[in-house]
Amino acid sequence: MVDRQSVTPGNPWVAQLARIQGIQQELPSVATYDLVLEDPTVAEAFKFQPGQFNMLYLPGFGEAAISISSDPSHLASLQHTVRAAGNVTTALSRVHVGDQLGVRGPFGSSWPLEACRGKDVVIACGGIGLPPLRPLIYYMIQHREEFGRVHLLYGARTPGELLFTDEFPPWQAAGIEMAVTVDLGYDDWTGDIGVVPVLFHRLNLNAHKTIVMTCGPEVMMRFVIFEALARGIDPRNIYLSMERNMQCAVGLCGACQLGPKFVCKDGPVFTYEQMEPYLMLEDL
Amino acid sequence: MNSAKPLVGSFVRIQKRDLQSLVDELKAVHDRVVGPREIDSAIVYDDLDHVDQLPIGVIDHQEGGVYRLTHESSDSHFDYVVGPQSLKSFLFPPHETISESFRKDGQWEIQAVETPATRIAVLGPRACDLRGLAIQDKVFLEGPYVDPGYKRRRDALFIVAVNCRRSVATCFCHAMDCGPAVTSHFDLALTEMDECFAVEIGTSAGGVAMDATSWEPMSETEVAQAKEVSVELEESMRNGTSARQMETGGIRELLMDNLEHPRWQEVADRCLSCGNCTMVCPTCFCSSADEVADLSGDHVRRERSWASCFTAEHSYMHSGNVRKTTRSRYRQWLTHKLATWQDQFDSSGCTGCGRCITWCPVGIDLTEEVAAIRGE
Repeated sequence: MVDRQSVTPGNPWVAQLARIQGIQQELPSVATYDLVLEDPTVAEAFKFQPGQFNMLYLPGFGEAAISISSDPSHLASLQHTVRAAGNVTTALSRVHVGDQLGVRGPFGSSWPLEACRGKDVVIACGGIGLPPLRPLIYYMIQHREEFGRVHLLYGARTPGELLFTDEFPPWQAAGIEMAVTVDLGYDDWTGDIGVVPVLFHRLNLNAHKTIVMTCGPEVMMRFVIFEALARGIDPRNIYLSMERNMQCAVGLCGACQLGPKFVCKDGPVFTYEQMEPYLMLEDL
Repeated sequence: MNSAKPLVGSFVRIQKRDLQSLVDELKAVHDRVVGPREIDSAIVYDDLDHVDQLPIGVIDHQEGGVYRLTHESSDSHFDYVVGPQSLKSFLFPPHETISESFRKDGQWEIQAVETPATRIAVLGPRACDLRGLAIQDKVFLEGPYVDPGYKRRRDALFIVAVNCRRSVATCFCHAMDCGPAVTSHFDLALTEMDECFAVEIGTSAGGVAMDATSWEPMSETEVAQAKEVSVELEESMRNGTSARQMETGGIRELLMDNLEHPRWQEVADRCLSCGNCTMVCPTCFCSSADEVADLSGDHVRRERSWASCFTAEHSYMHSGNVRKTTRSRYRQWLTHKLATWQDQFDSSGCTGCGRCITWCPVGIDLTEEVAAIRGE
């Protein structure tokens, strides 16, 4: 007995349909999917904060939690940058422009725009950790005068795996101080070689007016945090974006628990003060 | 029959044989009446047409990894305690379709599946299970997002609770401050006396249901006698060997300050990681959502099923499983249940029902694990 007439408004389990209006192949295994929500009322109401994520749904394959990677002030283009890794994201790598998928969201906490105002900012990310920070970068460029120095430290395994390289020159021109590094350079690579946390050594930070935000592999984030702490930055001013298995994204399924936190609704963006008791424990 | 309905908060008396009138009335008003039944050598909830189907005279014996029933020639209707099921499966079913997608001419349609709730009247839940219900209410109804299926089923549930007269060795509701007295979250609460049932009226719906019986008012002395049943049981649980004990003072800090305690490995060496404890637990709420497609792929159901933190999938990420070891999974279960649940929902996640002890195939006993970490 299925009653399709009386659907609970805002049933948090049910995805809204969206259509793919563009696919940008960033790397062989990474693409950015530009979505438009099909229902105009839903599209009209959709707003997000930098750092929030959507659950993208491919019927028959399942859902994946994907950060929104586009400009929060330009909602006509709702972008998600996805690496084909698991079942759902691999299926996503086979879709075409014009195909549909389901979207639930936006969910979760966001990067601390308020805390950043009037402060210097260090954004430290690695690999696929840049897309969740890109909305923040756009926001900071659009409101550049509200922030002090903005450093973007970014790294990837190889130069060929750096994302959004076309945007680096405009970002730098807009006052983002960038440092880019790779683990392994090729002959034509004239930039830095090494891991992201090492880039902290060239920054001259005022510990009392600096906010650090990091997203990337947990091991990278741990070392970013070490570098920030070593420079006297308060654990409350260090923010990181965590990732865990998510089935529901609304605190009902229990899968994303990390200590007392639900990564979906308490995070994904946490302060290091919140994560400190749990981040260094194996298998928690 | 009395002309006025009994008032909420009052106690009335019905003769034991008159319990059938209440069951009949509940059957008239609800889609299903379920109560404790002895099936396959266990007390389970199943449809109840007649009070003769209750496990009258049945006594349960529970220990770590042990559940046995014996039959006595008494007319006690409710002197077994809790079986493997709680109220959980009625409100948060083991499997539930949450949405359906249909593809026609290349276009998808995604629909919520909101099956109207079966109106269930359940006879027999004990104080521990009512606390379990209250805890799941907090998870599914009182957070930023409400689970619509749970809400529909919860709104349609009628509860005739029962005050325990005895405990088994795995019970520790007294230690978790959850029982044995039934205090809230019921429409009616029965206390079995020698010749009659004392019935506490919890809601006006409960009062209406009682109107179908030949109820009689109870004197203050009689009410005091009925209440004494729980008081005496609690004393025997606190003092005797008829229950487990667990010291809960500072338990959050105790566990969270000992995440690397050697005991986690010690218990992991015994634990089979089977997940039985999470299945029988009245509060465990984890679930997974999975796709069930027909062969064409044009009709897909999204199914939510009970999940367990003891499985590898539960912590799966593309980069690997977060909790790779039984040690880490048992630690997650116990610390969530007894410690971090307090951060999340302002209460313990444990009701002291003891099911996880009884139904653990190797008899792992969380009260023993906590005591070991406490250094006792």
